[in-house]
Amino acid sequence: MEYIIIVISAIFINNILLAQFLGVCPFLGVSNRLSTSFGMSGAVIFVMTLATIVTYLINYFILQPFDIAYLQTISYILVIAALVQMVEIILKKVSPALFQALGVYLPLITTNCAILGVAILVIQKEYNLMESVVFAVANAIGFGLALILFAGIREHMDLADVPPGIRGVPAALIVAGLLSLAFMGFAGIV
Amino acid sequence: MSQWKNLSRGLIRENPVFVLLLGMCPTLGVTSTAINGMGMGLATLFVLLMSNIVVSLVKNVIPDKVRIPAFIVIIATFVTVVDLFMAGYLPGLHEQLGLFIPLIVVNCIVLGRAEAFASKNTFTSSLMDGLGMGLGFTLALTLLGSVREIFGSLSIFGYKFLEGDGVLVFILPPGAFLALGYLIAIMNRLKKA
Amino acid sequence: MAKKESTFFNMLMTLLVVTLVASTALAYVYEITKAPIESAKLAKKLAAIDQVVTGYDNNPVEDMYIIPAASGEDSLEVYPALKNGELEGVAIRSFSKNGYSGLIWVMVGIKPDGTLQDVVVIEHKETPGLGSKMSDPGFKGQFKGLNPSETTIEVKKDGGEIDAITAATISSRAFCDAIQLAVESYRKGGSL
Repeated sequence: MEYIIIVISAIFINNILLAQFLGVCPFLGVSNRLSTSFGMSGAVIFVMTLATIVTYLINYFILQPFDIAYLQTISYILVIAALVQMVEIILKKVSPALFQALGVYLPLITTNCAILGVAILVIQKEYNLMESVVFAVANAIGFGLALILFAGIREHMDLADVPPGIRGVPAALIVAGLLSLAFMGFAGIV
Repeated sequence: MSQWKNLSRGLIRENPVFVLLLGMCPTLGVTSTAINGMGMGLATLFVLLMSNIVVSLVKNVIPDKVRIPAFIVIIATFVTVVDLFMAGYLPGLHEQLGLFIPLIVVNCIVLGRAEAFASKNTFTSSLMDGLGMGLGFTLALTLLGSVREIFGSLSIFGYKFLEGDGVLVFILPPGAFLALGYLIAIMNRLKKA
Repeated sequence: MAKKESTFFNMLMTLLVVTLVASTALAYVYEITKAPIESAKLAKKLAAIDQVVTGYDNNPVEDMYIIPAASGEDSLEVYPALKNGELEGVAIRSFSKNGYSGLIWVMVGIKPDGTLQDVVVIEHKETPGLGSKMSDPGFKGQFKGLNPSETTIEVKKDGGEIDAITAATISSRAFCDAIQLAVESYRKGGSL
């Protein structure tokens, strides 16, 4: 039951993109085409889950025992950067097909604040390891859902006659605002 | 004269938020009031300034291939410094900004300026550039925060100028996207004129 | 000065030195800010206590004790306010899981005769502008001087006597819920 609540609230109610504003840069950057947004979502699910597990272990087995929690930010970002590099290298060797699909999005992920954000959030929320994994996967799915929905809308907008003043970024932001408004309708369901 | 150019570039012509569209997460996430926007802007300004200064000083002793990790460590250090000092001396603001303080470390502007500017330029130029970009960011966040606060809560910097409730959507998450979208549209219009 | 070559040794040494300097600097900053951070946390707690109980001369934070929550799980912190050793009231840190989004934490002040002195919201994630009106005197003021054994602390919709916040019944309900938890737990586990 606990897990279901975590999943629903992470995907719909506190959607990481539309309600918490984490990972907005890639959201605006790679959401022009549906196909790229699928690739990005896949890469985020993969890295977010891995990064959350690793940083969780670092927090409880290194930072806490040695009482150096103030090194959290610095150690997390280094671990995430290293992890992304490692995933890239391993993927290239082990599964060239998957690398083809996700490869170009991996370097972008280091500066995706959703990854670092979720890693810090699970510590703040005092989740255990299993809850953290569920939370990470759910947030990544929420990110993917918002990204894919948004990309779908933007593809259609290319064909629409948008007034010149708000063409491009302003229009994208307004659409994101409407999407966020729609997601607010989910609030209160758990 | 050229130093003035380094300073002014970030303010308007290459404003990190309105023109370069960098650092969107904190821009949208913390600007429900003008004070929060300004606090976030100033915290980022400090990190940007310090990391630009340090990077420009150590650029020659850092081998090219480990440039990025070294920059990240430098930036993360200053972020933690801000985080700790704010927790100690500005606990109210620290609580409001919450998660977005440690997330300054992944703010594209900071690493972007370190890599694109400070690692290639002199100490003074980098200092001016950091100051300019930081001020530009602060300006944008304060502006967005003010707009959202004025319409959403009918107040400005906490001072209530009209009784009653504002347009609620402005202080809710969708309002952040909408307000920023229209602000950028207005900026585009002004630029053309 | 010439740029350093990217040899393995150079790279290793650079990163080692950079991280060493960084962590030393942080350890130093951590040491200076440790005391202010602690006192800021304490001040926040004391400020909340100060709003719900008055006229004490002890340190409620030092005399804090823990009682089991009436809901069965978890426990609540009780801060007794004493004057010349006499109990002036208690501040109880209570919560509700039934808010609109996330936990709502409140500090409930109860006088020795069982009436409510005041309540403050310590932390919440309710909708700004709606649920956040829990802190408005118009809503919160209804609880002042109520005796939970005479009045039902529930919103009118549920048969109680509290006017809910317009468009935020769930938050109002959760707020009542948190107060009830404090009152009931204290009846069972505290000494009035």
